[in-house]
Amino acid sequence: MIALAVQTTALTNRHLRHLTRMPMRLLGVTVMPIAYVVIFGYLFGSVIEVEGGGYREFLMAGIFAQMMLTNLQHTALGVVDDLRNGIDDRFRSLPVAGFAVPLARTVADLTRVVCACVAMAVVGYAMGWRVHNGLTSALAGFGLLLLLGFASAWVGVLVGLKLRNAESVSAVSFLVVMPATFLSNAFIPLTGLPAWLRTVCEWNPLSVVVAACRQLFGNPGSAGDSWPMQHPVPAAVGLTLALLAIAAVLATRAYRAK
Amino acid sequence: MTLAIEITGLRKTYGSQVALDGVDLSVPAGTVLGLLGPNGAGKTTVVRILSTLLAADGGTARVCGHDVAADPGEVRRRIGLTGQYAAVDEMLTGRENLVLIGTLYRLGRRATRRRADELLERFGLTEAGGRLAKTYSGGMRRRLDLAASLVADPPVLFLDEPTTGLDITNRRTLWATVREQVGLGTTVLLTTQYLEEADQLADRVAVLDDGRVLADGTAEELKRKVGGEQLHLRVRSATQAVTAVQVLARSSTGAEPMLDADGVSIRLAVAGGVTGIAAAATALRDAGIEIDVFTSSAPTLDDVFLSLVGRTPGPIPEEVPA
Repeated sequence: MIALAVQTTALTNRHLRHLTRMPMRLLGVTVMPIAYVVIFGYLFGSVIEVEGGGYREFLMAGIFAQMMLTNLQHTALGVVDDLRNGIDDRFRSLPVAGFAVPLARTVADLTRVVCACVAMAVVGYAMGWRVHNGLTSALAGFGLLLLLGFASAWVGVLVGLKLRNAESVSAVSFLVVMPATFLSNAFIPLTGLPAWLRTVCEWNPLSVVVAACRQLFGNPGSAGDSWPMQHPVPAAVGLTLALLAIAAVLATRAYRAK
Repeated sequence: MTLAIEITGLRKTYGSQVALDGVDLSVPAGTVLGLLGPNGAGKTTVVRILSTLLAADGGTARVCGHDVAADPGEVRRRIGLTGQYAAVDEMLTGRENLVLIGTLYRLGRRATRRRADELLERFGLTEAGGRLAKTYSGGMRRRLDLAASLVADPPVLFLDEPTTGLDITNRRTLWATVREQVGLGTTVLLTTQYLEEADQLADRVAVLDDGRVLADGTAEELKRKVGGEQLHLRVRSATQAVTAVQVLARSSTGAEPMLDADGVSIRLAVAGGVTGIAAAATALRDAGIEIDVFTSSAPTLDDVFLSLVGRTPGPIPEEVPA
């Protein structure tokens, strides 16, 4: 246990040093979501009506969740980088606990996720987004988002280890993130959809997290009839933890495989 | 005599491609084995299995008495690995690279720092220790890579083509460092494409081709197999070439002369150094052979192959990294 802690800390520090030495990477993950907030907020905001509040208030939880999911691509690219330049082989040939290497990466990647959240929250605030249910509730919302970001990072480790090259990682990340966000309530209210499509969207885990965040932030958003939409917070926590557990087990197994 | 590395009947296939086809090797503690072979011979596969990066399909491999498959943790505690591609973190300084490795070994904060300083000093990197590794030259990077594999002072060191791509000065520096390390009692398994490198560093040399060990002995024994100087000559015509082969077969004490596919080039190994070369030249002159080209060189890997398998190492696909 001590070995795992010492080694994970050392490896996490390595990633954090990378972050401070390549600030452009941080710029990438903060500018993108800000652009989304501004573009979607003004573009969709002028055509989409949301019951009980403005579209920008509605939008923020969706953008937050989308960015957490996008984290998987950045993590996977980092994994591929280490595989390519041989540093991964070095770590594997050392007496390092097998779990420490992917754990350090996913923990360090939380820093990036936090930076993205802060940047989006500031811009969102400037555009009129507010939380209405108090600080504790808002922090719980961000906690849930970070949990999703952490789970996505583990999915990213798995994707990186399995695909082993940057082009495939980008393609697969796109194929995961795009349908997951557009077949969800992240950008549009689901009320106008045909019943079958609405069911698909309401059971999409990302929709559940978004609905939970809207509830915790006190932002507008129509609740559906399905069970996860009726109980978004417990459903979101359960689904995200399940995703995390599955991804962590598979990623650790993939890391140990030779 | 304790064996630091014991390999028996090691097999590995990648899909339909056989990388290792029953390899047996043993390296006594404190000695250097040079694993010589062309690209795709299986050298890297041997190193990857020994360093627990890859699982074998058959056979056993033991390092310091510990089975690599059953006891990878114990093996990792005893090995250092320096690969073909210098595996250092470019975005860390030289010093930070070494400190990271020391921390992963859990040497303790103070011991880790002392060790990092020691190694930077020894590898002539003290000045550069505070700079990011991405600013290093190829030679410096390779030295840092070797230093990183020595942080925990492992009893067994794997060097996978440690000087490929380095210029001669850097190659010499690295050789000197490896020799120094061997002087401290480290067992080394070195893979290389260069006979000279094996000659410089190894106590014993094993020649690997197509996943099989073709020959195993001291560098001297191996060279004796090939013969001494390699003589390459080209005569005026094909008829003269046939005569020349007969003349050389009679006069020289080395191996049979071999006629190349072009019909006018001949190569043979000559024993006895300059005297042998002179004898061959005299015999050809006396027979009235007209010679266009007459060169001699020390045996190369090609010559070793030629004598061991009767062919040069052909274009074999790149070794598949796992």
